[in-house]
Amino acid sequence: MAKVLFNQPSPLETKVISQRFVLEGSETLDVYLANDGFKAFLKAKEMTPEAIIEEVKTSGLRGRGGAGFPTGMKWSFVPRNHPKPRVIVVNADESEPGCCKDRLLIEYDPHQLIEGILIASLAVDAHVGYIYVRGEYRYLITKMEQAIDEAYKRGYLGDNVAGTGWKFDLTVHTGAGAYECGEETALLDSLEGKRGVPRMKPPFPAVAGAWGMPTLLNNVETYSSVPAIIRDGGATYAAHGTPKNGGTRLLCLSGHVNKPGVYEIPLGYPMMKAINDLGGGMRGGKKLKAVVPGGSSCPVLTAPECDIPMDYDSLAKAGSMLGAGGMVVLDEDTDMVGFALRVMRFYQHESCGWCIPCREGTTWLRKILQRFYDGHGRKEDIPMIGELSKNMLGRTFCALGDAAAMPTISIIEKFRDEFERYLERTTVAV
Amino acid sequence: MAEQIKLTIDGKEIQAEKGALLIEVARQNGIEVPAFCYHEGYSLKAACRMCLVEIEKTPKLQVGCTTPVADGMVVHTDSDVVKRARKGTLEFLLTNHPLDCPVCDKGGECELQDMVFRYGAGESRFVERKVHTEEKQWSPVVFFDAPRCILCYRCVRACDEGMGVNALGIGNRGVLAEIVPNHHDHLECDECGACIDICPVGALTSGSYRYKARPWEMEHVGTICTHCADGCKTTLGVRNEKILRGNNRDRSGINNEFLCVKGRYAFDFVEHEERLQSPMIKTANGHEPISWAKALDIVARKFSETTLKGGKFGVIGSNHTTNEENYFLAKFARQGLNTKNIDHRRTGDLATLFDALSGKNDALATTTDLYNAKAVLVIGADLAQQHPFLSFQIRANYRHHQAHIYTVTTGPVREDNQAFSSLRVQEGCELAGVQSLAEKLKAEGDLVIVFGDAIQGDTLRKLVAFGDSLGIPVKYVGLVDDSNSRGAFDMGLVPRDGGLSADQMLSATDLDVLYVVGEDPLKNAALASKNAFVVVQDLFMTETAKQADIVFPAASAYEKNGTVTNVCGEVQKLKNAAKVMGTKTDLEIVGLIAKEMGLNLGIWLPDKVLEEIRNTVHGYNVPLAVLATGGAAHTAPLNGRVAALPGIVKSANDTLFTSGGLTPYSKILNEVMEAPGQLYSSGKGQQ
Repeated sequence: MAKVLFNQPSPLETKVISQRFVLEGSETLDVYLANDGFKAFLKAKEMTPEAIIEEVKTSGLRGRGGAGFPTGMKWSFVPRNHPKPRVIVVNADESEPGCCKDRLLIEYDPHQLIEGILIASLAVDAHVGYIYVRGEYRYLITKMEQAIDEAYKRGYLGDNVAGTGWKFDLTVHTGAGAYECGEETALLDSLEGKRGVPRMKPPFPAVAGAWGMPTLLNNVETYSSVPAIIRDGGATYAAHGTPKNGGTRLLCLSGHVNKPGVYEIPLGYPMMKAINDLGGGMRGGKKLKAVVPGGSSCPVLTAPECDIPMDYDSLAKAGSMLGAGGMVVLDEDTDMVGFALRVMRFYQHESCGWCIPCREGTTWLRKILQRFYDGHGRKEDIPMIGELSKNMLGRTFCALGDAAAMPTISIIEKFRDEFERYLERTTVAV
Repeated sequence: MAEQIKLTIDGKEIQAEKGALLIEVARQNGIEVPAFCYHEGYSLKAACRMCLVEIEKTPKLQVGCTTPVADGMVVHTDSDVVKRARKGTLEFLLTNHPLDCPVCDKGGECELQDMVFRYGAGESRFVERKVHTEEKQWSPVVFFDAPRCILCYRCVRACDEGMGVNALGIGNRGVLAEIVPNHHDHLECDECGACIDICPVGALTSGSYRYKARPWEMEHVGTICTHCADGCKTTLGVRNEKILRGNNRDRSGINNEFLCVKGRYAFDFVEHEERLQSPMIKTANGHEPISWAKALDIVARKFSETTLKGGKFGVIGSNHTTNEENYFLAKFARQGLNTKNIDHRRTGDLATLFDALSGKNDALATTTDLYNAKAVLVIGADLAQQHPFLSFQIRANYRHHQAHIYTVTTGPVREDNQAFSSLRVQEGCELAGVQSLAEKLKAEGDLVIVFGDAIQGDTLRKLVAFGDSLGIPVKYVGLVDDSNSRGAFDMGLVPRDGGLSADQMLSATDLDVLYVVGEDPLKNAALASKNAFVVVQDLFMTETAKQADIVFPAASAYEKNGTVTNVCGEVQKLKNAAKVMGTKTDLEIVGLIAKEMGLNLGIWLPDKVLEEIRNTVHGYNVPLAVLATGGAAHTAPLNGRVAALPGIVKSANDTLFTSGGLTPYSKILNEVMEAPGQLYSSGKGQQ
């Protein structure tokens, strides 16, 4: 029986980190070892930490969790000679609506992640790591633990990793289902057993992270990209993408396309090509209305704005973000008021309550949008939605307030006419 | 001194210490940066987003409470962007805040109310349904109304960092997030009410004060708490001569924001129904009221007769009465009654301490020293129980200066949590324990030694010798129990020059007169002299009063002016807050007896007596301006050798809720102790 995949791969993909996904038994160590597994680690073991970090810098790899911070630089911030031990933390709290890539990396290729973590441990001289998996990914926790068990049994984790004498311990920690815990410092608090609210920065986790120890914290996809970089060289990896946006990344294509799924594409891949070719075009031949390029927190792009290459800089120029790769395609029938409400409902529910603008702002906006959606909108609500969002933007403790404000501002500015049409449907005044 | 830098705030060039917080630098220079969550002395939260300021060359607004100042920084706190941001934040805050100001206790002194007045957002655009939850009662004295709460987390920090109790936490998430007790539905804490004081809004309200008055209806009288020796300032809210609340919101006393359950709530003994309101005479049918004139006449006659025939007096003064009263009583006894038999219930061996320290300058620590010392050694005392403010100071010292705390006690104490070294010793072996710490202590920069009644007499001399041997500056706090124990000693209520001590008076079979002012010596002892004439001045019908021939109704510390000296020797002024009909101050009663006896001991007005004290009592020449402005003046009466005193020195070793003689008459304290699950309910108190 052929392996049932999340989605059928496309010939248009550039398979680097997802190349083993299709293999039968790809989650086992045997298959991993038979397909270049742990070559990178053994190579890295012979390299100096500086050389490893240099290679990662050469690759142009940028954080795949959403912020896009250059990975090599982040690694270089962790003080290797700090008196306290270093800690590696993996952010597998994939919670951004529209994103579903980390789960595949864990489900189909957990040993690639383990190898990436081990290489990072060499770079920052760490001997302990934690994979923080979101609570809703229950089945993945088992899969990850099975992979870790197997790696321990076969000597790829523990006191003598791959016979090199390197010591590394890895544990899975389960979140309790809070979006906020995807924010790195909230994740650390949650990992420590505290209430998951963001910490004040500085100090940054690289200096004082988990239990106050220097901590290297990256996304699953970031770590998973490392073995290929070390194995084939940073330059080879970088060559997949555009000059400042090295490599490939997993695109989580969803929404009104014929073939939604997770596809590995080089950075700088044209957005329209992703919709029309990878995604097999718009569902039912409808017209494209808008695209959420990188997860629900990114400002939406209207159809005319979508003719751009998908890299960090081009998206920023278009006033949005590449985010965590959760691309949602919306067709002409999409109700943007309903969409705005759905997005705000999510952020209102996920606001941790720590700071005033986010806690009260998301709640108020959700209530206005709900009222609007229910047909009780008022003309003055339209500018107020934008204004209240801007009152949150940039003023909250962490980026969750921004994540709620940005899409809302873009929707109210770009699709104001739809809100106005809602007013005509208004039945009862408030 | 730290590096100085220059920055500009609102066009004003300012010099500041590098790395200081922007909000502090602005405030020190008279520029207000509003904030809810920022509270001096507690950890930073950056949660309220009220202190957003504009910093040039920084794209986003920055929070003033966590931004350190840097050289060349140009800051705007009053630009349009900043004003809009404040208004926006306030508007958000008000969406779920009930606008019940007209009935809210905090109305009139609410920080949210003030800020909305100042920074706008007075008109609401919010037309949705508010989030509402029911009010909760967490303890007899603490109520919590979640909708009013703005989640500034001040209470959580005051409880955890300030009190070391950690009774409060945060529950739920998002808009439903609220402050919750860490133990189910009630507080397991000191019931100090610091959370109520520190709350910027009316979310936390006081069980005894809620819905009773508006702040502007009351007169706010800053006086000194009468329940323990720490001398905390409590500001009593008084309406129509009735005390309605105690707090320390203005932070004007030595205790800064600290006030324990007694200072905040236990003023209610003042109006206890058993208060004596008329002089009483013992008859065959028990005690019966009698006029002041008759009572004074009987007492004066008896005193005069006894003096004339050279009879034996015993005079026992109080740990609670003012310095003026103690001084005047001692003078009355020595000059009017010609007796040396003067004493009070001594709770710490001050005589030996002062003698052992004679010739040293500056060897007595102040409460501020406890906050600033590099190291503090606590011997044989559970400060959180008996001296909550000293305990607070030590915690604050640890929190702000990482002071090294050493504890040498028989059982666990709260200071252990901050301790650099904790030592458990058998009772009586405290000194040996302390001596074992010598090497560690020698490495400290300076040291304050706080010790209880376990250290007295020879042991105390050895402790001082040990302190001398360390080779570092050492200061001492000799713990005493009550609000003016230190003053009673300093004013000479002691059996000097061969006088009888209190226990000797009680056991003397030939005592003619026992004169007790504000003390209850017969509570646990019998009077040997069956024919002694007993006169008592007190608030209540104490055990001693029940045996008295004449009882005078005395005014409490909250009903008089005068000064008291706290455990660290800091003199502070009492201010008359309330009036209970029929009572007189002890000073006046002694004065009237003296007058009735035809004695001339001078005018018995507190200010006049204080003047005499300043001129005659060593170390008490304190600056009047400091006292008059509500400050604390330190006295250090180390003036050569002090003769050893006969008699017993023993602390009552009370608990937080039972210290001092008046706590049993506080209904609130009793209620708190009876509440289920309290950390320090009676019996569980002695750790």
